[in-house]
Amino acid sequence: MEAGHNELVFETAALAGEILVASGAEIFRVTETVQRIAAAYGCPDLEPFVLSNGLMMTASDGRQHCLAKVRHIPLSGSRLDRVDAVNQLSREIARGLHTPAEARARLLEIQVMPGKPRWQQVLASGVGAGAFCYIFGGTLADAAAAFVAGLALYLYLLVAVKGRLSKIAANITGGALVSLVANLLIWLGLGSQLSMVTVGAIVPLLPGVAFTNAIRDIADEDYISGAVRMLDVFLVVVCIAFGVGLAAAGWAALGGGAQ
Amino acid sequence: MTGWRFVSEVFFAGLGTMAFALLFHVPARYYPRCAFTGGAGWLVYLLLKGPLGTLAATLAATLAVVLISRFSSVQLRCPVTIFLISGIFPLVPGLGIYQTAWALVQGLLEQAALTGFNTAKLAAAMVLAILLGFEVPGSWFARLARPFAGKQKEGT
Repeated sequence: MEAGHNELVFETAALAGEILVASGAEIFRVTETVQRIAAAYGCPDLEPFVLSNGLMMTASDGRQHCLAKVRHIPLSGSRLDRVDAVNQLSREIARGLHTPAEARARLLEIQVMPGKPRWQQVLASGVGAGAFCYIFGGTLADAAAAFVAGLALYLYLLVAVKGRLSKIAANITGGALVSLVANLLIWLGLGSQLSMVTVGAIVPLLPGVAFTNAIRDIADEDYISGAVRMLDVFLVVVCIAFGVGLAAAGWAALGGGAQ
Repeated sequence: MTGWRFVSEVFFAGLGTMAFALLFHVPARYYPRCAFTGGAGWLVYLLLKGPLGTLAATLAATLAVVLISRFSSVQLRCPVTIFLISGIFPLVPGLGIYQTAWALVQGLLEQAALTGFNTAKLAAAMVLAILLGFEVPGSWFARLARPFAGKQKEGT
């Protein structure tokens, strides 16, 4: 096995792993994909060690040298389209459909694959908030109020925050915004049950992805990653609750009736 | 609960699930299956909530979501996360979280402890159901999905 080939395979497998970790894939999926790609290109001695926020890999380059890579990957939002695309690609690689260079080019494309347009995300946040308000026991009027609050929440997150605030600050202010908008709408006469409107509208903030992945990581005995994600879940939930409570208390102090 | 409310809740659960699938950037071709997963989970929850109580209903509904997601993942050859994460959203105890926070802010510590504990129990039920659902051997899903997998040609 020549050295250049091994190096390219190593880089390709690392890139695949990096995209998966950054897009919110489970740990075992990352490990499995990296090893599958390496095995398909004839580098079975590649060893990945994956965490929910980092990736370490070593491999031999075929001579006496060792290849190594350590990447820190911050916890970020989920991009299931990328997880799906890398998964698809790794299956194709396993079936011998791509040369390493082609695979690497495709991975670079996946890495910059555009997400859903922002207006669709804002709309989805509103629709999700309204729908969940309704199934939690709200009336159609409550659902309409939650829809508006859900729109406001994602407009705030995508336009005003845009990664400028820390996660903690974004969740506290997001929760507070939802609570304020819900109080305001009910005061204006749209919707009647404050708790239902608020609950529906904070659902887009809830860390469902981290929660599910945390459980799956722990089930796969990836305890470190699972624990880190659980901490993330706990922190986010506490921050949202804090924000909601803060705004509710503020509204009550201003003379609005809390219920 | 009236029949109309029942049907509309299942519909809205599916719609909400689909909306969240979009927020997580799930490819559009999986939307219908995501909506089905979330709707089915809520259907199970509504059916069992009366006779068995919220806790058991949450457990059963989460289990249903996990099993449907695993089946879909084998059938459509894509990561199980795509269906699981969106489908599980309607079952997350958001109301409990809110009520706990509200009680805390109001200084009602006893009530906060009570709702907080109940919310944690619901989350624990979901954890248990997810663990349970992934203990089912993958080969069962492969066998189940084989008759349906013929038409999937994506990327092959």
